[in-house]
Amino acid sequence: MDISTYTSLLALEAPGWGSALLKGTITTLEISFGAFLAGIGIGLGCALGKLNGSRTLAPVLNLYTTVVRAIPELILIVALYYAGTDSLNALLNALSFESVEINGFATAILVLGIVQGAYATEVIRGAILAIPTGQIEAGKAFGMPATMRFRRIILPAMMPTALPGLSNLWASVTKDSALIAVLGYQELAMITKLAASNTKFYFFFFCTAALIYLVITLCSNSVFDSLERRFRRGQVRLG
Amino acid sequence: MDFSWITHYWPLLLKGAEQTIALLVISVSLGFFLAVVLALLQVMGPKPLAKFSSGYCTLLRGTPLLVQLWLLYYGIGSLLPMIPGIRHSFMWPVLREGFFFAAVAFTLNYAAYEAVVLRSALLSVPKGEIEAGKAFGMSRWTLIRRVWLPRAIRIALPTIAGEVVLQLKATPLAFTVTVMDLYSVAYKIRQDTLLVYEPLILVAVFYVALSALIVKVFGRIERQLPVRR
Repeated sequence: MDISTYTSLLALEAPGWGSALLKGTITTLEISFGAFLAGIGIGLGCALGKLNGSRTLAPVLNLYTTVVRAIPELILIVALYYAGTDSLNALLNALSFESVEINGFATAILVLGIVQGAYATEVIRGAILAIPTGQIEAGKAFGMPATMRFRRIILPAMMPTALPGLSNLWASVTKDSALIAVLGYQELAMITKLAASNTKFYFFFFCTAALIYLVITLCSNSVFDSLERRFRRGQVRLG
Repeated sequence: MDFSWITHYWPLLLKGAEQTIALLVISVSLGFFLAVVLALLQVMGPKPLAKFSSGYCTLLRGTPLLVQLWLLYYGIGSLLPMIPGIRHSFMWPVLREGFFFAAVAFTLNYAAYEAVVLRSALLSVPKGEIEAGKAFGMSRWTLIRRVWLPRAIRIALPTIAGEVVLQLKATPLAFTVTVMDLYSVAYKIRQDTLLVYEPLILVAVFYVALSALIVKVFGRIERQLPVRR
């Protein structure tokens, strides 16, 4: 086996799998990014709900975060996938529309987003709790309305504490996105498997995929490091 | 909700649970030993070995477990039969099975995550305790065995409990390489009976109960350790 075999396997043109792998990588990044944003949105909402919780809302949110964090991701993804498609079709039938085949991309984002949301809730809740109360009270004393207080005080003050947790969540969503392959959706892991079984170069293709995931992780780490440096500017360093 | 299938499938479910627990126990116990070695190498090993160990952790933590599992099962698995003599060796019945590859992949992966935890625990053992050991004239190896490592494991214990639960939650991936673990039994039940949610709920309850048990056991171990604050 020489090097030219491998380069031809990764060629961008038709017999090579280069462009397919590239497309899979982009899909993986899109799914991860979408799920990450959805997760932060859900997490922010649930964290605020838990913190200002009414008696009815708080137990529901607790149930959500506990259940999602206790059940294996793979099982959640499969269950949510079926529950999502079933309930949407039930809704459509009730409104007397035809059943639809659900877009795999949207489901992937939604399903991973719901899983991420449970973890994000706890990360964000902890970060908000870590803000010194005096800072929020100062905002109140200035007569800031709640939304402005959130925008100008809570959000910037919680970011340094929340970032390491969010960076972990991003690392786990890029890897969890591979689980979508189990549902048959064509992201990087699935395309790698297709490429491997078509060409029989299993070892080569899985190593390539592992390398791509590793590059994604390492690049993300450096991005999060510089983000954290930016949000911590002006803070006194300990140690 | 229709749970009548349980009467028919319970032997299979039991077998699946057994496989799941076997995967967990194998990967956690073997992985822990590997993690101790990796962590010690990073903290006090010669530079090339320390580099190798931290590179190993970065690599295994930076790629999805699913890809690692498939790399072993399909990649190495497709290369194994090419080694002459291996097909007729006594190891072949084991090497052929998905279970073997799943156990290896989970062990290697768990070791990488655990090594990082142990490394930071080793570094956070108070200097005075290690110096006390040295003052008693303990050799390097005795010091590690009697003071440094046990102390680090105590520090890391709460994190280790979390990692074991995470490892449990990773085991259903074995179903993608033909292991008949609990999740694949649920998958089979779904195919046979066309019931989607009931098998999944049953399996989810099992996982939740098992993680609660793991947390409880670790809590009990933690409480037995004498701590002076």
